[in-house]
Amino acid sequence: MSPKTHKFKGGVHPDDSKRLSASKAVVDAPLLDKYTVIVHQNIGAPPEVVVEKGDEVKKGDLLAKAAGFVSVPLHAPTSGTVTAIDKCEGPTGIRVPSIEITADGEDTWGDCMTPIADWQQAEPADLKQRVSDAGVVGMGGAGFPAHVKLSPQKPINTLILNGAECEPYLTADHRLMLEQAEDVVLGAAILARILGLETAIIGVENNKPDAIAALEKVAGKYNVQVQGLPVNYPQGAEKQLIYALTGREVPIGGLPMDVGCVVQNVASAVAVADAVVKGRPLIERITTVTGEPLVNPGNWRFRLGTPVSKAIELAGGVKYQPAKLLLGGPMMGFAQSSLDVTVMKNTSGILLIPAEQVSLYTSEPCIRCGKCVQVCPMDILPATISQAVENERFDWAAQLNVLACIECGSCSYVCPSHRPLNQHFKRAKAEIMAARRKEQKK
Amino acid sequence: MTIILTSLIFAALLGAILAVVIGAAAKAFAVEIDPRIETVTDMLPGANCGGCGYAGCADFGKAIVENGVPPSQCPVASAKDAGRIAEYLGMKAEEKEKVIAVVKCSGGISTTERSPYNGVNDCRSAVLVAGGAKGCDYGCIGFASCARACPFDAIEIRDGLAVVHPDLCVGCGKCVDTCPKNLIVLVPASVDVHVYCNSPEKGPVKRKVCKTACIACRKCVKAADNEDQMIIKGFLIETNYDNPPISDLVEKTGCPTTALRLASKHAAGAYEGVSK
Repeated sequence: MSPKTHKFKGGVHPDDSKRLSASKAVVDAPLLDKYTVIVHQNIGAPPEVVVEKGDEVKKGDLLAKAAGFVSVPLHAPTSGTVTAIDKCEGPTGIRVPSIEITADGEDTWGDCMTPIADWQQAEPADLKQRVSDAGVVGMGGAGFPAHVKLSPQKPINTLILNGAECEPYLTADHRLMLEQAEDVVLGAAILARILGLETAIIGVENNKPDAIAALEKVAGKYNVQVQGLPVNYPQGAEKQLIYALTGREVPIGGLPMDVGCVVQNVASAVAVADAVVKGRPLIERITTVTGEPLVNPGNWRFRLGTPVSKAIELAGGVKYQPAKLLLGGPMMGFAQSSLDVTVMKNTSGILLIPAEQVSLYTSEPCIRCGKCVQVCPMDILPATISQAVENERFDWAAQLNVLACIECGSCSYVCPSHRPLNQHFKRAKAEIMAARRKEQKK
Repeated sequence: MTIILTSLIFAALLGAILAVVIGAAAKAFAVEIDPRIETVTDMLPGANCGGCGYAGCADFGKAIVENGVPPSQCPVASAKDAGRIAEYLGMKAEEKEKVIAVVKCSGGISTTERSPYNGVNDCRSAVLVAGGAKGCDYGCIGFASCARACPFDAIEIRDGLAVVHPDLCVGCGKCVDTCPKNLIVLVPASVDVHVYCNSPEKGPVKRKVCKTACIACRKCVKAADNEDQMIIKGFLIETNYDNPPISDLVEKTGCPTTALRLASKHAAGAYEGVSK
């Protein structure tokens, strides 16, 4: 273990509640009768649907093809019939296009991509094409197409694998690193080959010592380093992780490639390994189903398109009525209003929160205590920006670098006046980007 | 004594020289202002709503005088006021049809509530989080962004639904841009029959989340004097504003969901979903 890590500014220490599911081994979720796969699961252009109602599909067959460079294809989670191409509940509360597949129970693989067994000799470009064909996205939560990050326009000298999993409650990446340490390291090595690098660093928060030990045991095989990191939310945010591991600061408005880094999630690395070595597209992922109201929280390997209601059933149902359902973790997850929403490529957690932890509050005036400024990992001024947004002064908010905000929610978490700071910044960013697009059109 | 005299003479001389300089400068650097601009600006309503497309009444006044923009472009001034300005400038008075805003949604919070919302009370903020508290993805979310933007207090939020008062609305269009769901349209003020629904979803999907959605049953199309008066657009029906139906269509149709409404009665709270 290399000795030095850097401490990024700010951050918060919420109770991580990972004990609920950290010791539960990953279980393959049983095959369902029906999967409702949301078409648009990535950042960027939504893929184009290539199947029609009534089509027979095999497991791993193409359902939708990538529409442009920043887009990824989508594959069938099981074999069966396409019974509907309609809309279903989406993760943001808006109905979104989806493909319904009624399973035939056989679960047979279609003609998949040929495995590239000798990936160490394969051309990096071919490997990258495979990553793109397999539909791999950033599986930590953002869903950014993996192949785009692997096509940097600037020289890269560091590949970082993100195993920090700093979101409270979530243990999906933890279990993955523990149980599939070899696949993680293999994925890291393949990613390093694509980027023309010799080595990679896997960053893991120190609250997962077993995962660090498991990775270190196999890391030497492919010359990969494992680095423990202090527990501090948002340690797993891309820019914070880069700083913690390398001491390099990504400039405002810049990308990790500006400081010679590429960051991929550990689950994405495993998906890359599966795509290259086994020739399998991304059709399933490990998701933590957790929360105090659940009888039996744990980690499951779900096919894409598994409804949340089935996931909760697998976790033994609820002991008492929960007050809130989130997709993702408690800090950055999305509140859901329906149990029909389905597991997507970036669904890292399904979290139920009991009523006593959900407080309905009213936003009060800022008392200028400066706590938000202290915890902000991006070193911007949440209190001042929120006032700019409340007065609809988006030009002022832009001057205060609201676009640097990573929406980690640390400021909202500490604010004693319960100000909806994060929501204000989301609005400001949306308004500023809309204004810029308008300007460009002119 | 001499001191007083010298200073008096010096001050008088200085005053005289400066007076000549200032007088010359005033002549040399004079800015020509058309006195009519001020008069026209005074004749405009002075609401500074920006509905004409200019920065305010003064800017619009300047545009009328200098560029010959028709005064009827002001949505607030009555035809008579606009005519007076045109007459003063010796322009031809142009008639422009008065428009008003219509919020194409009739789903109050009591008819469509999905889940509680606890966040910023602003439509544009709410849509970014989970689309507000209502079940319909296309409907009014009721956080009053349009009402706050209205310079004439013509929009009221009633039961979580924005309702335009046709008698107060001047059709300046300030509210149109504020709506994140693009629900507000400007329509001729002479038309009173509107379909208060904007959801392109199929009937059963809409009915599940809203009791007052238009289900495209076509009763109104059949009841209209001329089939052309109501346009069918997918799973939604719309008033044909080029060939509008008369107000008794609402009564003749007996719309099963009450999505077809009279703007005047909708504002008065005569229908389900917008109880006062």
